[in-house]
Order: sequence, then structure tokens, then C-alpha cells
Amino acid sequence: MTEFLIKNGFVFDPTLKIKGDVADVAIKNGKIVETDAVKKPKVIDASGKTVMAGGLEIHAHIAGPKVNVGRIYRPEDKLFNATAGLKATPTHMNTRMEGGFSIPTTYKTGYNYARLGYTTAMEAAMPPLFARHVHEEMRDTPIIDEGAYPVFGNNWFVLEYIKNREINNTAAYIAWLLEATKGFAIKSVNPGGTEAWGWGLNCLQVTDPVPYFDVTPQEITTGLIEANELLGLPHSLHIHGNNLGNPGNYTTTLDTLKAAEGHKAKNKFHREQVLHHTHIQFHSYGGDKWANFESKARPIMDYVNKHKNITVDVGFVTLDETTTMTADGPFEHHLTELNHLKWANVDVELETAAGVVPYVYSPDIFVCGVQWAIGLEIALLSKDPMRCFITTDHPNAGPFTRYPRILKWLMSQKARDEQIKAFKNSDKVVNGSEIASFDRELTLYEVAAMTRAGPAKALGLSHMYGGLKPGLDADVAVYNFNPEKENSPDEIEKAFSTVQYLFKTGEKIIKDGEIVSNGNKRTLWVHAKVEENPQVMRDIEEKFVKYYTVTKGNYEVHGKHFIPNPLAIEVDAT
Amino acid sequence: MNTVTLTPKKQSDLYLEVNNITPDMFAGKSTEQIAALPVYVGNTEHPLGEFFTVTGAAGASAAETRIVIKGDSSRLKYIGMKMTAGEIEVEGSADQYVGGWMAGGKIHVQGNVQAFAGVGMRGGELLVDGNAGDYLGAAYRGDWRGMQGGKIYIKGNAGSDLGYFMNGGTIVVDGDVDVFVGTHAEGGTIIIKGNAKSKVGGQMVQGEIYVFGTIDVMLPGYIYRQELEKEVEGMKGKFALFEGDTAERHPKRKGQLQYAKLYLKQ
Ligand SMILES: [Zn+2]
Repeated sequence: MTEFLIKNGFVFDPTLKIKGDVADVAIKNGKIVETDAVKKPKVIDASGKTVMAGGLEIHAHIAGPKVNVGRIYRPEDKLFNATAGLKATPTHMNTRMEGGFSIPTTYKTGYNYARLGYTTAMEAAMPPLFARHVHEEMRDTPIIDEGAYPVFGNNWFVLEYIKNREINNTAAYIAWLLEATKGFAIKSVNPGGTEAWGWGLNCLQVTDPVPYFDVTPQEITTGLIEANELLGLPHSLHIHGNNLGNPGNYTTTLDTLKAAEGHKAKNKFHREQVLHHTHIQFHSYGGDKWANFESKARPIMDYVNKHKNITVDVGFVTLDETTTMTADGPFEHHLTELNHLKWANVDVELETAAGVVPYVYSPDIFVCGVQWAIGLEIALLSKDPMRCFITTDHPNAGPFTRYPRILKWLMSQKARDEQIKAFKNSDKVVNGSEIASFDRELTLYEVAAMTRAGPAKALGLSHMYGGLKPGLDADVAVYNFNPEKENSPDEIEKAFSTVQYLFKTGEKIIKDGEIVSNGNKRTLWVHAKVEENPQVMRDIEEKFVKYYTVTKGNYEVHGKHFIPNPLAIEVDAT
Repeated sequence: MNTVTLTPKKQSDLYLEVNNITPDMFAGKSTEQIAALPVYVGNTEHPLGEFFTVTGAAGASAAETRIVIKGDSSRLKYIGMKMTAGEIEVEGSADQYVGGWMAGGKIHVQGNVQAFAGVGMRGGELLVDGNAGDYLGAAYRGDWRGMQGGKIYIKGNAGSDLGYFMNGGTIVVDGDVDVFVGTHAEGGTIIIKGNAKSKVGGQMVQGEIYVFGTIDVMLPGYIYRQELEKEVEGMKGKFALFEGDTAERHPKRKGQLQYAKLYLKQ
């Protein structure tokens, strides 16, 4: 394999504690190596440019049935948003046709992450029953390594085991399902609430019992944390809490976070948190109706800052027209009642549900402005960028392709002031939030923590990703950005929109901003070995016979068709 | 106003996508530069000059530019797409998406237009001497933003799904229309001087439909309110006012539910 030496760039890497020093990065056999370990490298001149590890997406909806429902029922998302591929135009020599803005095609998803300098992404909600579809789409997403989180928070096995306080059985079932679906982590969406919605109800508080199963969201969350740590999985429980998107929901969020109290991470992957709360922007709302809607980013981040066993990602509102999609079925119904736009809904037998609704985050609407402010406040109030990550909950709060714009807002007070001024109701936005009083501007070192080193550590993948330490995978991004220069907000956005060079496991993917290779994408999954558990295996057989409309043989994800290039993370919980 | 004339010299095997034939794109350009603008055959790009001889001169701005397309345009899609000012004269018939998303200016088609004429239109004027296809002044597939403003005038008949998701502007059809008129509309005015078939105003929230002729089958979601005198498009007459579609949600103003209005000439 070719050796590369990326010379004289400004390097930002929290794993090596390098804060913009000029340094060289060497690549050999797919790994980062010491600079004297390469003999005849191809040299990349990175002088005047920024060098970081490849970006790591911890939470996005980029593959599977609900993403595809979005693609199918929103042809307008591709209108004026498509380019020909396969040599039809000279600038697309190595890429296929690309289409879509908020729900891009699989190919465009892979290309766009690469263009932003990202090399790994996690699909945040895999319905186990449709795991095969998720994997087929991930297989067709080039360049980036991917994994998927199966959803557990409304799963009948989990609800029954947790009701009986059978944490060993919960863990054994999780281990079986991770292997059956080739999943990466435990996701829980509106725990209990989505199942309750099957009964026309919801769980808006952590103490609201789930009908029939008679367990509470609090019990589900605690049970899943215990099972996760019993197994010692690389990632923690990954939760989308109850009461998403409603005014005044921040108290529910604090209740959700409290489930982590008293729990300590037990794993061999150097992960420290036991709970990752995703898109916490959607869960940091004050007021008791839309008219007095306000930011509660501060109490949420005060709590997060004080509790080292919690990590969060933000879910920034990007002020775009987008497509919301979540396993939080009742929330999507609520949303379509609000905006009257088209609604798709699916119940996934025994496991979960999903809804899809288009949404326009208009800068003319006061609530959207405050949502925008809350996202930024969360990141700017974070005292530990290794525990607070940049996401848009793509495509829910906006498409991931807006990350460069988010960096602009985070790195420049002037950029924020310009946006505040551009709001139609800027006075109301300022009154409903604290953003106008913030003067913090994130450094690239902090950005590298929030987009690389932090997510890698939280996912238990810091032995592979997130830094430029010799021995790590050679995922390296070179941006045309000189941090020693005075950069205008728009220059920040532009520089991070298209990476100059990108390497993925040592292979050159992007050169001078053009995609030159489709790489060698891998699918990450977690193989957790547990003690034989005849009861759980019998329960699984019985549920397939009694309830599922498919057989177990048609459920499990096996073989090269679904995962041509697997990367199993081994866990021994015996 | 300056005029650029496009005379066809070759027919494309596939339909030709000519979204660059607009006063906005032509303005300030030489005939050579206009001939070099891309047109699309499937996913391949060709210069406009491969299919047309370009003569005349463009104005300095779109407003000062008039385009005449000679001969048969029935295999041209997207004529005048997104134009903001100026004029286009189509001497023959045109294919789909004439004046799609146009915001200003004027298009006159002497023949017929196919489906999606004036789709997502925001302003300006689209005049067709012949017939229009389906989805006139409608929203693009999947979209909820149909015609927002401007005026469409069809001297012949129009197809189905006219004014689908219409939110503003006016559509006048001198002749008859096919099924589904103003479906999901939230505003705007539709005037049909001939006859309508069925599904008129289905799931319509707000807006107005006038039918001078007959409606074969009225939707059950419309309620008769009263008879009144109205002047529409220079014609005076007695109309029966129906309100609906009661099967759809409706906004409230001053405590009153606001319905779509369907006027049927007596
Ligand atoms: Zn999500």
C-alpha cells in the first residue's frame, strides 16, 4: 500500500494534545505511523492548511426503511438537487448519480460525508425487523465505515424482562439481537412511549407506565444501562428521551439523565459514560406553550457538565427545509398535526414504529429561531468538548451537509450576530434564549474533540478512530483553512465544506476536492459473547412462532450480500 | 425590447430539456454565448446551438429580452423555467413544465402545452391559445407548494389535477377541465368557463373555484350556502355558493371556520 506523508499542516488532535502546531502525519499500511517509519512516501504539502483525523458521525439517519420512505415520498427533495454521475460530466468522473438534499441517495450520502472530511458514520435507529434493508443501504453507501444501532426501548422482550427485573436475560437477548441484526449499540427511542402509542397513548414523563407491560421509561432506561454495562459493550446506552420537542420538556430530560446516577462504565474500550443522550437540543425546552417557548440549555448543560458518566450530541437546527424521521411514532403524528404536511407511519411488529414528516425550520418563525439558539447554547455551554458532539440528528434538525455552517456559528460570534439580526422576530428570539450574550468562540481543537476524538471515545472506538496517534486507522482530513489568518465567517464555512485531501484507512479518497476513490467501506458490528441462556433462546423461538410474521431464518442478517466487508468488535461477557 | 429568435435545425432523439431558454439566461449574452448554453438530453449536456440557430440580440436585462421559438417545440421541456421577467413566444406547441416556477414576465404559447405547465408558479403570466395537459398550476410531485401567484390563461381545455396544492394566483380555462380541480388548495382562484367532471375542490382548505358550466358529480363535502350575484372575468351572473371541503381541516378567523368557496353558475 502506498505510503503518504502529509507535511507541514496545522494539526489539531486532542488524542495527541496538539493544538495547531505545524507537524507531519505519516501513513503506512492503512495506519498512522511515526514519521520516520515511511521510506518513500508520496508527499502532500499541507502548509497553510488544517489537518485533523477523519470526522466521526455519532448519530444520523442515513440508511434503512424510514430514510427510504422519506426518499420515496419526497421526490421534491431531489428537485434541483441532483447531479449526473459516471463520467457524464468532467467533475464527476468517479461518482455515480447523486440526488436529494435532506434525504440524499446512498451514494450521495457517502460522497458528502467524505467531502466534509468524515470517514465514519453511525445509523442511529435500526428497526431489527428491517435490519437487512439497513445493511443493504449501508453496503451501497461508499467510502465511510458504518454501524447501526438497533432500537430496544419499546421491544417486547426488553419490556418483559425489565418488568421482571431480569437484567441477565435482557443482556442475553441484546447480545443475540446484536448478532442477529449485526448491530453496534443499544438505542432507545422514547422508551415505552412508542409502544404506548400502539394503545393510543404516549409516555411523556419517565414515570408514565407502558400499558399492558406495566413498566416505566425510567425502569427501561435503568435496565438497559445495567444490561449494557453487564455486557461491557463499546458504546453506552444511546437514548432519545421521552417528551421530545414539547415546550417545558427539559424537566423530563433531567429525569432521564438521572437514570445514569450511581452507574459506572464497565468496559475494555476506555469509554467513560454510561448514557449518551442524543439530539439534546430537542429536549432542552422551557415554557409551557409555543407562545412562551424558551431555551433551557443552561440547566441541562449544568447537569451534563457536572456528570462525567453522561455524553450528549446536540442536534443543531440548521434553519433549512428538511425531513423529520424517528422511531418516536407519536411525536411524528403530533408534528403533522402542527404543520399539516404529509405524514408516513409504520408499526414494526413487537419492536418499534416510525414516522416521517417534512419540516421547514423557517428563520421567520420565532420557535425555529429559539431552537437554533438552543443548539448553539448547548455546545457553547459545554465545559468538556470530549462529551458534547456535533450532530444535526440528520435529517431531523437539518442535513449533515450543514456542519460547515454550524462550525461557522460556533467559531464566530459575528456569524451568530448576523443570523440573529436576520431573524424576522430577532427580539423574541433574543428574549427566549441566551445566545446573544455568548462571546465564546470554539477553537479548532475543541471542534476536533466534538467531531473526532470525543465521538470515538464515546463509541468505544478510540483504538481505531478519532485521532492521529500512530497505530490508529489512517483516517485523515486536510482542509484549506489557515487558522493563523483572520478568517471571515463565510471563509470558515467554505473551508470546511470541501476537504482538500481525505484519506480513509490509508487510501486517498479525495484529492484537490475531487473524489478519486470509492474506498473500501466496512460495516462495524458488535459480537458479544454471553453464557448460554436457554430461557432467552426459548423465548426467542416462541416469539417467532407465536407473533412474528417472519421466521427467524428470514430475520437474521448473514453473509456477504448484506455485509461484504464486516468489522466485528469482540466483547466477552461470559 | 430586443428579440432573440431560435429556429430549430435538428430534432433530439430524446426530449430536450431547455430550462436555460429564459430571458434571464439570455440577457446580456451574444448569440454565440446563447448558442453555447447547455441543454440536456437525458443525462448528457449539449450546446443549445446544436439544436437551434440563434439570431437577433438579447437585451441587457431579462426585462428587455424577448425570445421567439419558431417551429415545433412539442419535444421541448422546461421552456421559461424560473424566469423572472421578459417574454417568450412559442409559435408551436410545447411539452411539459412550460413556465415552471416562473416568477415574472410573460409566456405565450400559440399551440398546446403538456402537463405541469406553470407548476409552482410564483408570478408573471402564462397564456396558452390551445389546450393544457394535467397538473396545470399544480405543485411538483410530492410538493405542497403549487401555484403561488401570477396568472394562467388557457383558451382551450385543461387536463386533470388543475391547481393541485394551489396557494395563490389565478387560473382561467375557457374550455372544459378533467377530474380533480384545486385538490388540497389553500388559496388562489380557479375559473372554469366550460364544464367540470368530478372531484372539484377535494380536500380544499381555502381559495375559490368558479364553474360557469356544469359539474357532473359534486363532492359530498360541499355545503350549499346561498345564491349571489357576482362579476367574474367580465361576466356577470348568478352563482350558487357552496363551502367545503368539510372533510378537510380549516383555519379559524375571528372564531369562524374559513372554508374554500365553490361558485356554480346558475
Ligand atoms: Zn435521531
